[in-house]
Amino acid sequence: MQKVNRLKPFFENLVFEREDNNMIINFGPQHPSSHGQLRLILELDGELVTRAIPDVGYLHRGMEKMAENMIYNEFLPTTDRMDYIASTSNNYGFALAVEKLIGLEVPRRAQIIRMMLLELSRLTSHLFWIATHALDVGAMTVFLYAFREREYAMDLFEEYCGARLTHSAVRIGGVPLDLPQKWLIHLMKFINDMPEAIETYEGLLDQNRIWKMRLEEVGVITPEMAQSWGCSGPMLRGSGIAWDIRKEEPYELYDEVEFDVPVSDRCDSYGRYKIHMQEMRESLKILKQLIPMYKETSPELMAHAPKYISAPKEQIMTQNYSLMQHFVLVTQGMRPPVGEVYVATESPKGELGFYINSQGDPYPYRLKLRAPSFWHTSILQELLPGQYLADVVTIIGNANIVFGEIDR
Amino acid sequence: MAQHKINYLSEGGLPVALTTVDKLVQWGRSNSLWPMTYGLACCAIEMMATGGSRYDFDRFGTIFRASPRQSDVLIIAGTLTKKHSPFMRRLYDQMSEPKWVISMGSCANTGGMFNTYATVQGADRIIPVDIYLPGCAPRPESLQYALMLLQKKIRKEPASRKLKPKRLV
Amino acid sequence: MRKYIDKKNTQKKAYYNDRFYKAPQIPKEEVDSDEVFAKDVESLRSKFNIKETYIQRGQLVVYIEPKDIVKVITFLRDELAYNFLSELSAIDWLAKSGEFEIFYQMLSTSKRKRMRVKYFIKEKQEIQSVMGIYKSADWAEREMYDMFGVKITGHHYMKRILMPDDWHDHPLRKTYPLHGDEEAQWYEIDKIFGKEYRDIIGPEERDSAKIVEKDTHNFARIKHEVPFGAEYSEEPVDTDYQEEDGILIVRKLSKKDVKILKERP
Repeated sequence: MQKVNRLKPFFENLVFEREDNNMIINFGPQHPSSHGQLRLILELDGELVTRAIPDVGYLHRGMEKMAENMIYNEFLPTTDRMDYIASTSNNYGFALAVEKLIGLEVPRRAQIIRMMLLELSRLTSHLFWIATHALDVGAMTVFLYAFREREYAMDLFEEYCGARLTHSAVRIGGVPLDLPQKWLIHLMKFINDMPEAIETYEGLLDQNRIWKMRLEEVGVITPEMAQSWGCSGPMLRGSGIAWDIRKEEPYELYDEVEFDVPVSDRCDSYGRYKIHMQEMRESLKILKQLIPMYKETSPELMAHAPKYISAPKEQIMTQNYSLMQHFVLVTQGMRPPVGEVYVATESPKGELGFYINSQGDPYPYRLKLRAPSFWHTSILQELLPGQYLADVVTIIGNANIVFGEIDR
Repeated sequence: MAQHKINYLSEGGLPVALTTVDKLVQWGRSNSLWPMTYGLACCAIEMMATGGSRYDFDRFGTIFRASPRQSDVLIIAGTLTKKHSPFMRRLYDQMSEPKWVISMGSCANTGGMFNTYATVQGADRIIPVDIYLPGCAPRPESLQYALMLLQKKIRKEPASRKLKPKRLV
Repeated sequence: MRKYIDKKNTQKKAYYNDRFYKAPQIPKEEVDSDEVFAKDVESLRSKFNIKETYIQRGQLVVYIEPKDIVKVITFLRDELAYNFLSELSAIDWLAKSGEFEIFYQMLSTSKRKRMRVKYFIKEKQEIQSVMGIYKSADWAEREMYDMFGVKITGHHYMKRILMPDDWHDHPLRKTYPLHGDEEAQWYEIDKIFGKEYRDIIGPEERDSAKIVEKDTHNFARIKHEVPFGAEYSEEPVDTDYQEEDGILIVRKLSKKDVKILKERP
């Protein structure tokens, strides 16, 4: 027979009988619709939430500490596991921050490949969002449909870098590989098929009475609230503030492609749902424009900076100095200049920022990850009170939070 | 009559009926494994993909359940942190016997790449694990393979698990 | 001889440093080089005691006095239109000067500019919360307290956020080792089973490169799997997922009939 362990049943959160009809319930950390390991302590008055205390940290893995003990290139695969639904956007955010720290210019072809991967990961993230959000609210069909399309996007990633989920396909200084043959044809096929799929989801949800009842006027974030709580991405644009870092502080080639920033001033969950759907279309638009741009570029993929970046493989194999340089860079790591940098990129969830403080060592002195979900979870304290218990699931699902980046 | 190679004396009485019941029961158990939705991190996404449209986990008789009371298998999908570990043990204790555990991904196996202060270095420090599934994150196919290996393992076990010594306190 | 460990900074260090290597600096530009920032700094200077300002990689950095922080942040929001507090955290300089450096990363959507407000505090010095101005500071300050042990006054719910409440020490300090102190290493065992089980379960295996082929307590060699704790054997084990003689009702898969698709249908 199993020996009993020391864990005692805990009822400290549960107050069963009280005179004032209040009840305190514990939601999570293992709950099918808590999107990971969110624990919410909810104070209820009947069905109404009167107070909500989100408790995070159940996935805290010490990434910032790891970064202080790793060379820059070593840390890159760890960023995959932050927002694991759109890995490339994290890889890219980190790579861009380091590039800015050392002042690198990335070749044009690498920029285009990066943008393709970024937009694809935005698509996978939004598809995943609509799948799980609909599942939480009760529409199982959308889950199955959206996962079908998501697998096609995964196939593209797999064809390019070999991994489905954790890509590490973006490196500091460029990308390691050129696009494989036929990849663009497969991408084109995907782009052509997607709009129909998006219409299918919208056809299932847009005018769906249950969907509308559960999303409209639920989780209202006013523009003042959004600014004060540091919202970004669709959570901010859902409140009528048109702020997209791709547009306002363009990085890579986002100033050369044409796309719109969908904004909604409904401020509720339904508006944010519409924004997500529209953003998928905009991503497809960007991808479509990138294909002809790719064909015009020269084949360089990595920046030329022998102090920081290893030479191409052929050169390492043939030239002595490149080999020595490569050896030093792999064993000791690059030593960026002394200084600090904060770089923000528009990840599918919002503003993903990397603050790096370098002291000229191969290891960053301090690395702070500014993950959008962290701030979107903290807003729950103000958003949930006044809502019904059933809407809690809608609001959490709608906020598009991922625990890998909240707890880091 | 079924042909079987069992030493009646050492297995302890009533051989014929018991072994066939054993086989039948374990066959039934192995083909209706209900895992608990226990997504912790990245691997949870692959676990969902396995349940999704292309890989379709329902073919194996596995239906994800949200409650530990209704599930037979605990798929530890993701990093187990020290803050979460008491909850994991609690959920495992709440599952009814017989129960099995699949540790999915490197983080659950050994701590994986997160060799830090906050990560439990292997879920088997907390609960006994039946199948270790390597990969970061493992593909859906490998989760299916892990489940099939677990089914094979269950078919080999006797229906009554009382005699089997537990590995972890 | 015992290996020397720097107790003040237990983080990993480069194993080799060139004696003559001097790391280059990222250039610090004058504030006057940017019109918007020059104006901002001028209006800040008229109100507060500004220690140092410069522009680095396109972002303004302003060093202020710790006591001014609430007023400065209010001024930045109300007068200078920095309407987002996007990040807030600390940097540990305890080993060097016994100080923490606190930074506030601000964003102005109307000016499209980002700036950093910074100041130094002593180790046990308390700082004022800016939660009343930006609610986003709520969790960021809690995280700062959790990770560094920086004390904050005027916060409504000052508790640990990422680590458990009974955690020992503050993990992001440079004195805290990557693999955790003793309390951290035995945390889950102490909590679930009790201290007396430490010996039974054993210490954590932190060497990620360690391979013990004949250890059947942790992992078995692939294709040579044996039951838990049994003798190691060289004989290969069948890893096929179906038994030789098939399973009741379930159809046996014959590998000849498998069809592999070349293209996605």
